[in-house]
Amino acid sequence: MSARWLEPVATAGRAGLFTLQMLAAIRPSMKQAGETLRQAYLVGARSLIIIMICGFFVGMVLALQAINALAQFGAADQVSLLVGKSLFRELGPVLTALLFAGRAGTAIAAEIGLMKATGQIDAMELMAIDPVERVALPRFLAGLISVPLLTAMFSAMAILGAVVFAIGVMGLDAGVFWSKLQTGVRFGEDFMGGIWKSVAFGGLVSGTAAWYGFSARPTGAGVATATTNTVVISSVLVLVIDFIMTSFFT
Amino acid sequence: MRANYKVELAAGVFLLLGLGALLWLATQATDYGREVGREAYTVSARFTNVGDLRERAPVKIAGVPVGLVDEIEVDPVTFEAVVRLRIDQRFNDVPNDTSASILTSGVLGDRYVGLEPGGSPDALVDGDELLLTQSAVVLEQLISKFLFNAGGDKEEP
Repeated sequence: MSARWLEPVATAGRAGLFTLQMLAAIRPSMKQAGETLRQAYLVGARSLIIIMICGFFVGMVLALQAINALAQFGAADQVSLLVGKSLFRELGPVLTALLFAGRAGTAIAAEIGLMKATGQIDAMELMAIDPVERVALPRFLAGLISVPLLTAMFSAMAILGAVVFAIGVMGLDAGVFWSKLQTGVRFGEDFMGGIWKSVAFGGLVSGTAAWYGFSARPTGAGVATATTNTVVISSVLVLVIDFIMTSFFT
Repeated sequence: MRANYKVELAAGVFLLLGLGALLWLATQATDYGREVGREAYTVSARFTNVGDLRERAPVKIAGVPVGLVDEIEVDPVTFEAVVRLRIDQRFNDVPNDTSASILTSGVLGDRYVGLEPGGSPDALVDGDELLLTQSAVVLEQLISKFLFNAGGDKEEP
């Protein structure tokens, strides 16, 4: 019955059911909101520093490359437009999601995997506490909330990095830089499109991490595998979903 | 309890920082609040050729953006391009004999619609049509005209 080639299909089905189980456990309770907020600190706020540093340097390197390429056409003034559009639409959401998978996704998977390995999940079930509701859901919701905020911080730092490089180092005009951003970057398409993407990526990464944590074999090696799988699978999924969302929304 | 309070405080700071960044980006780094407002009126103009004018291209008076190109379509009977311009309601006193021309910003820049106000005492209202228009200058046509004329000039004397 259980042919080996059917196993991936069954795994995908289990992951889908797990997602439904998480969504079904959402209750408008203060306790759940408090736990979500606590997780938002653990997975979100602690990723803030790395996100901000990376954002700053991504902004600088974008400005550097764009100025080099655009200067050949005498269009170095357009650099802020290029930096802003590419950041808001693609680089901000995608890079933030990848960094989040590395920084917070691994932590979620390892923590849940270790809880499973040490029998805490089983203990919860014995006490009639739903571990999906108590452990997985707050982390999933925290990812959903914090990734858009982290993306905003990433993009803000990247714009600052571009400002530092383009205006500070290359001596471009600050007024032209800001006015190009303020007239060329569309709020509805460029900015909000990126925000929706980052919400999707946040749920995707934290959901994947929770799923791999829960489905980990309860051994040390199992936790290690779950952590690795979280990074690999969520990175691939982020890039695939990014292409799908981009092609549908534009 | 103390440790819990610290965590809540840190989470709050994180949320506020993130929301602050969102707000700053939306207001300072996008066109939010700078688009032509909902308070706008639409006028149309006919051109024999719009060149590569695009929708959302700016409409300018004296070089200052006052609106944008809303829609470009071909009249199925006369085969002229009908361009609908959305002009900000703040500029509601533009004379109705204003002329529209399709211009290029710089040598390689984008096309935009330039309005040259006339002298009529009556103002444009929603749905009006600009009768005086000047089509886009297509570089290839200009060059070929110039070349033919230059050839003609030599034969005359």
